Amino acid sequence: MSNTFRLDGAEVSFEPGQTVMQAALAAGHYIPHLCYHPEFKPHGSCKLCTVKVNGRTSASCTMPAEAGLQVESNTEELNALRRTLVQMLFAEGNHFCPSCEKSGNCVLQALGYDLEVHTAGFRHLYPDRPVDASHPEILLDFNRCILCELCVRASAEVDGKHVFALGGRGMEKHLIVNAESGLLADTNIALADKAMEVCPVGVILRKEIGFSQPIGERRYDQRPISAQALEDAPRPATGQGACDVCEGQS
Amino acid sequence: MFSRSTPDVPDLERILLKHGNDAGQLLQILTDVQQACGYISPDAVSRVAAHLQIPLARVRGVASFYSFLKLAPHGEYQVLFSDNITDRMLGNQTLLDEMCRQLWLQPGKVSEDGLVSIGLTSCTGMCDQGPALLVNGRAITRLSHQRVREIAGLIRNRTPLETWPAEYFMVEDNIRRAGPLLSNGHPPGDALRAALGMGETEIVDAIKRSGLRGRGGAGFSTGLKWAACQQAFGAEKYVVCNADEGEPGTFKDRVLLTRQADWVFEGMTVCALAIGARQGYLYLRGEYRYLLKPLQEILQKRREATLLGRDILGHAGFDFDIEIHLGAGAYVCGEESALIESLEGKRGVPRNRPPFPVTQGYRQQPTAVNNVETFCSAALALAMGVENFRLIGTEKSSGSKLISVAGDCAHPGIYEYPFGVSVRQVLEDCGAVNTLAVQISGPSGACVGQNEFDRKLGFEDLPTAGAFMVFDDSRDMFEVARNFVHFFAHESCGFCTPCRVGTSMLKQSMDKIAAGHGTRYDLHEIEKLDAVLQASSHCGLGRTACNPVLHTLKHFRPAYESKLKSLDFEPAFDLDGALARARQMTGRDDAGAHLKTEDE
Repeated sequence: MSNTFRLDGAEVSFEPGQTVMQAALAAGHYIPHLCYHPEFKPHGSCKLCTVKVNGRTSASCTMPAEAGLQVESNTEELNALRRTLVQMLFAEGNHFCPSCEKSGNCVLQALGYDLEVHTAGFRHLYPDRPVDASHPEILLDFNRCILCELCVRASAEVDGKHVFALGGRGMEKHLIVNAESGLLADTNIALADKAMEVCPVGVILRKEIGFSQPIGERRYDQRPISAQALEDAPRPATGQGACDVCEGQS
Repeated sequence: MFSRSTPDVPDLERILLKHGNDAGQLLQILTDVQQACGYISPDAVSRVAAHLQIPLARVRGVASFYSFLKLAPHGEYQVLFSDNITDRMLGNQTLLDEMCRQLWLQPGKVSEDGLVSIGLTSCTGMCDQGPALLVNGRAITRLSHQRVREIAGLIRNRTPLETWPAEYFMVEDNIRRAGPLLSNGHPPGDALRAALGMGETEIVDAIKRSGLRGRGGAGFSTGLKWAACQQAFGAEKYVVCNADEGEPGTFKDRVLLTRQADWVFEGMTVCALAIGARQGYLYLRGEYRYLLKPLQEILQKRREATLLGRDILGHAGFDFDIEIHLGAGAYVCGEESALIESLEGKRGVPRNRPPFPVTQGYRQQPTAVNNVETFCSAALALAMGVENFRLIGTEKSSGSKLISVAGDCAHPGIYEYPFGVSVRQVLEDCGAVNTLAVQISGPSGACVGQNEFDRKLGFEDLPTAGAFMVFDDSRDMFEVARNFVHFFAHESCGFCTPCRVGTSMLKQSMDKIAAGHGTRYDLHEIEKLDAVLQASSHCGLGRTACNPVLHTLKHFRPAYESKLKSLDFEPAFDLDGALARARQMTGRDDAGAHLKTEDE
């Protein structure tokens, strides 16, 4: 067949324009991912979805599917790489799952469990990242930001607001908001915004509902992310894929 | 000159107008604001955003990406010492300390009166005449204690930079060995005339036949790149010259742009003819700002000689012009897709590829991005005949190569050799003795030890972008690698997890070993980080960031092991170190107070 490639030995068909990740998810094959969101153009920054394509490592979310590719994903080598990347993200920010409102609904935490990340692995960097509680209805806890840019894109592409952007470089890179004061209260963000629902971790939180859904009954408490993600994936895109403030997008 | 805290309205409007009120020129606009005011005030950010009708956060995001742009006052005089390993070997640290003492301030801080700040910056490309620094973006070379004291005096007296002694700003070419590129005496226009006698496809074929490969390090066939760009569909096409020479230890483009700029521009024009471009850009690294004016004068001369502009050399419809863009302190912009992002006025983050710039580059149009030396060589090949060019060098590496020699040798400077020259030959010619190792092609390249000095520079064996840093047997190769690791951590754009976090962790591990707290566990962690960086980084910066450590570990493992504790593990947490701040606050300065640990 022409429009198929092999993923861990299984034949996966694809439509022209799809990436390896998109084709795999549509065909019911899970590749671990964090910054990839089915409603947005792939970003390619977290690198958790790294696979081997014809022997070379590549991010599967941005790698265009081509006929005849030999893709390896569920191997010990690649899962070890993913575990290390998850450990690096945990060490980079300040993540305290037991006290985090997002616990159970957090993609990073869910990946940690699913990939069997049992230890910290690295010494933590403990960055100083003050929270922004200025907004009456929304809290920004930058301690957990993994710089996936989903909120930046959702705000720009779906909400048409540009509430968020990235500033700084390297380890100094951080999320900023579009206000002279630098505070969320002075932006035009609203609870109904797409930007409110895309954060994979616990940065953008609606106030006053923190534990209305008890821990133990949450999204990834029910089923591991590898099962959940497959159901989530085939859904129509809402992002336009064109974002003049986003990185890596060209 | 920086007495105003923010430019008055006409000034800002003049800057915006100069750049056509175009958001695509955002970096150029911010660079001008920085030059005019010494920093980009919140008020300036708001007004630039309002004028360009873009989100304020985008302006802030771009400004905070580039090292030379400041969003808070940073002193009327901003002094940045070049911190390449070669500067260190020439004693830049004691000179920096001296200047800080003279001016009563701490490195990285702004003086209380707002007069001056002193800090470090990545290699400024003056390794053959270091130690070097930048003051308000102007390069000063050959620093000595005497010169540092004089500079401190000038700053203290608020002497305007324009009236500082001219010899401070002298940049030597130091050409030690010239070859076809540097002694190219063909009059400007020769290559263009040769090209105009051919068809577009013939030009590309000729460049293919010349065997020319990219001089920026990767070595991609120039002919193939131009052919792909020629065949790509696009409403407009662009030629971009990468003059963002940021690889530490490299300064050959600086000399080419000083001596042979005409040939760089000629190569760009030939490329434009071949691919059908009407606009070209030269992206000049901010450190070479002093070259901007002379380069613009050469462009003007070429326009007057009808070598640029409309109907070039009388050929109706052959229109092409070149604009110079300035970088602002970001090594990653040397990566071609990051450079294009930067040209578009954005944060310099490498794009996801494919698509490649040859099909979707600047403003999503087909774009040929080549190094300064590549364009120069392309023009030379056409002027001298591609068959003659092919005869220089080796089978897979035709032509000659400029090597920037620095470090432990008698005659640092520029050496032009046909490809295929051995490391040993270069060492002999530059007067290096008791050489322990050579870092080829900068931190991202290869470190070669004594048993490899017969290896040859060229794409067959040791590819190089031009850096050649020599270390004699008095040097600690661990410290060399540590300097490079710091460099990569500072220059990571932060886009992908492995590079953003990995380079910082690598830095911590190297610092831990340097501080005498390292164990075998740390070496193991370094190797683990190296594997992650290599396997999963977004671009070449991350993938090569581990090279210095991998290569020095291979050749000089004892340099690491001699620093390790005999234990298998020591925690990074140091109780004494953690208490140091409290001890400092209570005024203790004895050895037991661990003030040094706190500083680090």
